[in-house]
Amino acid sequence: MNAKKTVILDAKEMERAIVRMTHEILEKNKDISQLVIVGIKTRGEFIAKRIARTIYELEKAEVKIGSLDITLHRDDLDKRKIVPVVQKTEIPFEIGDKNLVLVDDVLFSGRSVRAALDELIDFGRPARIQLAVLIDRGHRELPIRADFVGKNIPTALEEEVLVRMKEVDPEDEVLVVKK
Amino acid sequence: MSIPWTRKDLLALQDLSKEELKLILQTADSFKEVSTRPIKKVPALRGKTVVNLFFEASTRTRNSFEVAAKRLSADTMNVAIQLSSVTKGESLIDTAKNLEALKVDIVIVRHSVSGAPYLLSRALKASVINAGDGSHEHPTQGLLDIFTIKEHKGKIEGVKVAIVGDIAHSRVARSDIWGLTKLGAKVTVVGPQTLIPSQIEKMGVQVTNKLEEALAEADVVQMLRIQMERQEANLFPSIREYGMLFGLNAEKLKKARPDVLIMHPGPINRGIELTSEVADGKNSVILEQVTNGIAVRMAVLFLVSGAQHILVEEVS
Repeated sequence: MNAKKTVILDAKEMERAIVRMTHEILEKNKDISQLVIVGIKTRGEFIAKRIARTIYELEKAEVKIGSLDITLHRDDLDKRKIVPVVQKTEIPFEIGDKNLVLVDDVLFSGRSVRAALDELIDFGRPARIQLAVLIDRGHRELPIRADFVGKNIPTALEEEVLVRMKEVDPEDEVLVVKK
Repeated sequence: MSIPWTRKDLLALQDLSKEELKLILQTADSFKEVSTRPIKKVPALRGKTVVNLFFEASTRTRNSFEVAAKRLSADTMNVAIQLSSVTKGESLIDTAKNLEALKVDIVIVRHSVSGAPYLLSRALKASVINAGDGSHEHPTQGLLDIFTIKEHKGKIEGVKVAIVGDIAHSRVARSDIWGLTKLGAKVTVVGPQTLIPSQIEKMGVQVTNKLEEALAEADVVQMLRIQMERQEANLFPSIREYGMLFGLNAEKLKKARPDVLIMHPGPINRGIELTSEVADGKNSVILEQVTNGIAVRMAVLFLVSGAQHILVEEVS
């Protein structure tokens, strides 16, 4: 239990990063009517909601938000030590021909994003899918890259990156834990 | 956080804890959404082989399991085995050994002898799901009934459920009773005394022979199918009399709560347990039970399949 925790982003820095990402998303997606946002559960969904809220504050436009549970599309279901809990995917709108921004908290091996892409395609054919992540920690195992990044953090494989969000954790912060 | 699922088999609701029941219901809720997608498939059980081993005829349950398995991307196989001596344990073990040789992953078994799935589960490394054994249990039917009630009433605890019909011979009634009582529902069984097992109060249910009495209080009424063979066994004077006393029609329904749910595991004997007016009326959720059956069976297939390799890991 001698884990060393370093705070990489505190609450204020996290907010600024999300606001900056939102501006970048709006820059790249000029037609807001064609924009939809889908967050990967659990914390990707919260980030997606914060992005949507920021868009509303900036543009007074409501962007549709969905959430994705990727458990059933994981490539490691046979290797898990416990049976994972499957939460509900909720995409109550058409994604066909839309500019879809997929949101996750941490981009690491890229396998979660791969699973999310496979699941999304079953819902329709977006005009494009862009990826927004709060943290990119490197160590990709698949050819996946983010379009919008809150912060790049080079990490060692043994380290853990933990994103904490007020919605489910005591406070907003991003930690790197060295075991 | 909920407890992890560790069972490779689902044989009876009697064996499950309240937390395990809740986990299945929660998982089923997530799976229900999959059937609303344009592409009703997820790859969770890709490459797995699921076998329907039905010693008793069934289209409803068998089709439901088949659709559920296919929506999980599994390969399905239907084996209709006619064995002359199914009551002898030996034949069943032979069957188990043959299936093992085919390297199947999940066996769904329906058998006329209570307890047969337990024998299979001990003999096989594959997962065994009980699709109805004798008059013992029909766990996935119980689960989908509970799921349907929860969707409408928001909870199970304190909900008053009346189960009406041939309780003595009904595995559906037993699974319903186990599941519902574990989750805190108030269950009353209703039927002619000849069709009610003695000492069933020990399962935590109330008993009445008067349908009207149960109807007045019930939030949910589950009507069971009456089998013609029971009349031949002189368990009640005639189907007509049974229908008059224990069947549900629009008149009797007026005495029930306006938001009462009418359920039936199917197939319905129209005009006997239920008139068409009630079966197709606004209180009926019978077709929803069928839809929910897919979600519940997907959840069960997913959970038992996931637990299999965990147990293998622990052993090695």
